[in-house]
Amino acid sequence: MDVFVQQLINGLTLGSIYGLIAIGYTMVFGIIGMVNFAHGDVFMVSSFIALICFLLVTTVLGITSIFLALAIVLVVAMFFTSLMNWAIERVAYRPLRGSFRLAPMISAIGMSIFLANFVQVAQGPRNKPVPPMITDVIVIMERDGYQVTLAWKQIIIMVLTTVLLAGFWYLVQKTSLGRAQRAVEQDRKMAALLGINVDHTISLTFVIGAALAAVAGTMYLMYYGVANFADGFVPGVKAFTAAVLGGIGSLPGAVLGGLLIGLIEVFWSAYFSIEYKDVAAFSILAITLIFLPQGLLGRPEVEKV
Amino acid sequence: MAEIAAPVHNWDKDPILEVQHLFMRFGGLIAVNDLSFKVGRGDITALIGPNGAGKTTVFNCITGFYKPSEGRLVLGHGRAPTEEELATVTLNGERALVGSNSGVYLLERMPDYKVSGEAKVARTFQNIRLFTGMTVLENLMVAQHNVLMSASGYSLKGLFGLPSWNSAQKQATERAKYWLDKVGLTERADDPAGDLPYGAQRRLEIARAMCSGPILLCLDEPAAGLNPRESLELNELLRAVRAEHGTSILLIEHDMSVVMEISDHVVVLDYGTKISDGTPEAVKHDPRVIAAYLGVDEDAVEDVEAVLDEATGTQS
Amino acid sequence: MAVDTAHSAGAVAGSGSSILPGALKDAFLTGLIALGLLGPLVGFETVVIDGALGLAYRPLVVAIMVGIIFAGRLILNLTVWSPNRPPKAQAGPGPIARGVVAISPAFKPALFAFAIGFPLLAAAMTGGLSESRYLIDLGILILTYVMLGWGLNIVVGLAGLLDLGYVAFYAVGAYTYALLATSEPVNAFFASFLGETFWANWAFWFCLPAAGMFAGLWGMILGFPVLRLRGDYLAIVTLAFGEIIRLVLINWVDFTGGGAGIASIPRATFFGIPFTAGEDGFAALFGLEFNPMHRIVFLYFVILALALITAFTTVRLRRLPVGRAWEALREDEIACRSLGLNTTNVKLSAFATGAMFGGFAGCFFAVRAGFVSPESFTFDISAMILAIVVLGGMGSQIGVAVAAAVMMGGMEMLRNLGFLKQVFGDSFDPSLYRMLLFGFAMVAIMIWKPRGLVSSRDPTIYLKEKKAVSGSLVKEGHG
Repeated sequence: MDVFVQQLINGLTLGSIYGLIAIGYTMVFGIIGMVNFAHGDVFMVSSFIALICFLLVTTVLGITSIFLALAIVLVVAMFFTSLMNWAIERVAYRPLRGSFRLAPMISAIGMSIFLANFVQVAQGPRNKPVPPMITDVIVIMERDGYQVTLAWKQIIIMVLTTVLLAGFWYLVQKTSLGRAQRAVEQDRKMAALLGINVDHTISLTFVIGAALAAVAGTMYLMYYGVANFADGFVPGVKAFTAAVLGGIGSLPGAVLGGLLIGLIEVFWSAYFSIEYKDVAAFSILAITLIFLPQGLLGRPEVEKV
Repeated sequence: MAEIAAPVHNWDKDPILEVQHLFMRFGGLIAVNDLSFKVGRGDITALIGPNGAGKTTVFNCITGFYKPSEGRLVLGHGRAPTEEELATVTLNGERALVGSNSGVYLLERMPDYKVSGEAKVARTFQNIRLFTGMTVLENLMVAQHNVLMSASGYSLKGLFGLPSWNSAQKQATERAKYWLDKVGLTERADDPAGDLPYGAQRRLEIARAMCSGPILLCLDEPAAGLNPRESLELNELLRAVRAEHGTSILLIEHDMSVVMEISDHVVVLDYGTKISDGTPEAVKHDPRVIAAYLGVDEDAVEDVEAVLDEATGTQS
Repeated sequence: MAVDTAHSAGAVAGSGSSILPGALKDAFLTGLIALGLLGPLVGFETVVIDGALGLAYRPLVVAIMVGIIFAGRLILNLTVWSPNRPPKAQAGPGPIARGVVAISPAFKPALFAFAIGFPLLAAAMTGGLSESRYLIDLGILILTYVMLGWGLNIVVGLAGLLDLGYVAFYAVGAYTYALLATSEPVNAFFASFLGETFWANWAFWFCLPAAGMFAGLWGMILGFPVLRLRGDYLAIVTLAFGEIIRLVLINWVDFTGGGAGIASIPRATFFGIPFTAGEDGFAALFGLEFNPMHRIVFLYFVILALALITAFTTVRLRRLPVGRAWEALREDEIACRSLGLNTTNVKLSAFATGAMFGGFAGCFFAVRAGFVSPESFTFDISAMILAIVVLGGMGSQIGVAVAAAVMMGGMEMLRNLGFLKQVFGDSFDPSLYRMLLFGFAMVAIMIWKPRGLVSSRDPTIYLKEKKAVSGSLVKEGHG
C-alpha cells in the first residue's frame, strides 16, 4: 500500500511532464496533421536552455532565492524554446506545407537528428548534472520505517501543469486565437478565405507547443537534476504515445494520456521489470494505435468511400 | 406499389439482386430505413432520390464497403435462388452456395473485395477513383488481378517468365484492348489515367469495372459532370454493355435524361426509405416522387399521402 | 527565414532603385533571430569544473556564426532573392531529373560496369590491393545501403506504406546468422557427420536464405497488426516495432548476448573454402599469394550480387500482378478493393518481400563485420534508409542507387576532413559533425526536392509507346 501510494505520486509527477510535452504533439497534429518528430528534441533543447540559464542566474547573477531563480529560468526557457520552434516551423515545415505528404515527416526526422547532434556538438555528449534543488519533502505516511513522501518539487510540477493546462484550455476554447486554430484545423483553405491568417495561426501553435515543452524541460531538469543530448527521443515517443492514447487533437486527452503513461511506466518499473519499461511504452503506443486509434477522448473516424 | 392488375415485371420474375429489409445506422442517424427492392437480371435499374436520400449508402452496403446494420442482400448467379437454397445458405451461416450453373451469394456477409472478386459485383465511384499515376492500360490490367495472379502461379511462374503466364498476360491485354476500344480510349492507352479529361476518366472507370468480368455493374452517378453529348455516349455504352455482355446494371443518377432514357426500372429513395418503385413511366407520375423532388411543404405531403392512401388502400 | 518580408520590403522600397534598406533590415532581423537561436546553446558551454557544473563562454563563435548568417542573408537578398530579378519560369522536370532521364539508357549499363570493375579500379588507383581496402570497404558499405534502399523501396516506394522500422528486419537477418552460426548444437549436429569445420565454412551460405525467409516472416508478423493503419500512424507503429525489437535484443541477455552483442561470428568463405593462409585456404587452392583482401573483394562481389538480385526481382515483380497491385494500392486502396484485390494480402506481400531483402542485407552485415550488437540497429539507420529512398525518388531504382552513393559517400567523406583540424585546432573532430550534417541534409533535401531525384514513373506495360508518368500524378500512398 505505501509503495503503491509513493509510486502513484511519482507516476503523476512524471505523467504531468509527459502531458505537457504531449500537448505540443497534439496541437501540431491537430492543426497541420503532421507528427512533429522533432518535438521531443525541442523538449531536450529546452532543458539545456534552462540549465544554462539556471547556471547564469545562480552563479553569475548570484540570485539565492530558488523560487525566483526558477521563475526566471522558466520564462527565459519558454522564450528561447518558442523562438526556436517558430524558426523550425518556418524553415523546415512551412516550405513543405501542401506538397508531398511524406516530405514534412522526413524533414521533421531530419530536424530531430539535427537538434540532438547540435546539442551534442555544442554541449558535449556527457550527462550534465545540476545540484539538487528544493529538496524539502512532506512525509505523508510512515510505516515500518518506509516513508511515503511528497516532495515540494513534485507539488510544483503538478500545480504548474494544472495551472498551465487551465490557461491554455481557456486560450483554445474561448479566445479568437483558439477559434482561428480550430477553423484552420477544420479547413485551411476556407479559413484563409474568411480572413484568418493561416501562417500566423500555425506559427502560434508551434510557439505554444514549444512554450509548454520548455516548462516540461525545466521541470524535468529540476526533478531529475540532469540533462543529456540523447534525452529527447524516448520522452518524445512517450509523450506522443500519451497524445495518441488521450485522443490526438484533444488537449485534456493529452494530459490524461500523459498521466496514464507516467503511471504505467512507474508502476511497471516498480512491480515488473525496469529493463523493459521502454518496451512497455512502445508496446502501449503500438497497441493504442492499432486497437484504439481515436484514443480515449478523440472522435472515431469513418472511412469515406 | 399498387398498380392494379400490373403486368409481371422482369425484376419480380428473375431478380439478380434482392435487397431485403436493409437498415443502415450511423450512431443515432438512420441512413437507410427498411429498404427492400429487386434488381432484374439484364435490366438497367436506376436508384434515384434527392441529395442525402441514402443512395450511396445503399451502394456501399451492396458492394461490401459498409456492413449493413440489418437486412439481407441476395445475389443470384445464373438464376434467382429458390426458397430452399436461400433458407439453407442463410441458416448455415455461409457466405454463398455455389452450384454448377447457379449460385447464391449473401453480400452482407462478404468483405468488399470478395463482393467484387467472387460475387462479381463491380462498381464505380461518385468521385472517380482511378489509379491516376498508372497508365490507362495498367488500370485495366489491375482490374484483372485475380485471374492474372493465379495465372502467374502467385508470382512464381511469372518471375521466371513461363509461357503459360505470358499467354495469360497476352489474353488480359486483349481484353483490355477490347474495352479500350469500346470506350474509345485506345489512342490513350499508354497515357497516365490522371491526364485524361473528366469524361474519359468516367468511361475508363466503367471499362475498368467491366474488365473484372462482373454480372452486376453498380455505377454511382456515371453522368455527373458530363456534357449532353457525353451523356448520350454514356447511354449508348451502357446499352451496349447490357446487350453484348448480359451484364445487369444498377445506377445512381441525378440526370433524368439518362434515367428516363435507358432504365427499365426505377427505385426512388427519400430519407432512407423507398417512396416509389416501378417503370420510369409509373415513377414519373407518382405524386410522392413529385413531392419529394419539388419539395412540397410538409402539410401538402401529408395531404397527398392521405389522398394516395385512400385511393390505393395500401402502403409500401 | 522571413522570405516574404524580404520581397515585400523590396517592393515597398520602390521601383527597384534601392533595395538596400529593405535587404539590410531583413538581414538584421535574421541575424537577431540567429543570435536568439545560437546564443544560449553555442554561446555558453556547460563544463564540469571540480565536480560541479560551471559555464564556459564562447562569444566569438556566436559572433562569427551570426555574422555569417547576416552577411549571407544580405547577399542573398541583394542577388538571388532580389525583387529586381526576373522570376524564373519553372516548367517541366528540373535539370537533374531531365539529366537522369536523358542519360538513363546509357547510365544503367555504365553504372553496372563500374560496379563490377570497381575493385580493380580501386586497386589500380591506390596502387595495390592492400592499399585499396578503404575504397572497397566504402564500396561494400554503399552497396549494402543500395540494397537496403531497394528493399525498402518495395514497401515505401511501390506499395506506399511508410515503414520507419525497416532496421528491424536488417537486425533479424543479422541476428539469425549470428545466432545460427555461433550455435553450439547446430555446429555439433553437422560436425557429427560432415566434419568439424563444415558449419564454420558453410554457415553463411546456409543462413543466407534462412535469414531472408525469417525476416520475411517477421515482415508478415509485424505487418499483420498494422494492416488497418494509414499515414503517420503506420509510420509510428513501425517505428515502435523497430525500437521494441532493438530493446528486446538489448535486454534478452541470455539469448542475444545483450548490449555486448555476439562476437567471433564465422567469416564468409568462398563457397566452403575459407580465406585463410593455411593449406586448404582460398589462396593456396587457387595458387595465389595469401592476401586478406581476397575476402574483402569477395564480400564486395557477394553484396553486389545480392543487390543485383534485389533489383532484378523488383523489376520483374513490378511487371507481375503482385507488383501492379502494390502500385495500385499506393494509388487508391478503396478502388483496389472494389476490383476484388485482397488488400490484406497485397500489403503483407509487400511487407514480406521488403523485409526479406532487409534480412539478406542483415545476414551480409553480420558476416562482414563478424560481430553484431543492438548498437548497429538504431532508429537512425531506419531514418537513413528512408532518406535514401525518398531522395532517390520513390519507386525509382536508379535514383535510390545514386542517392545511396551520394549519402553514404558524403557521410564517409566527413571522416577524412583531417585538414579541417589545421583550421579549427586539434580538438576539432569532423566525424562528430556527421549526424549533424546528415540531419541538416535531410531537411535541406526535402525542401529542395520533396519528390526526390527521379520522380517520374516507368509504366509496367504498354501497347504502342512507353511514356514516363509524371511524378505529379503518382500518388504517395496512404502510408
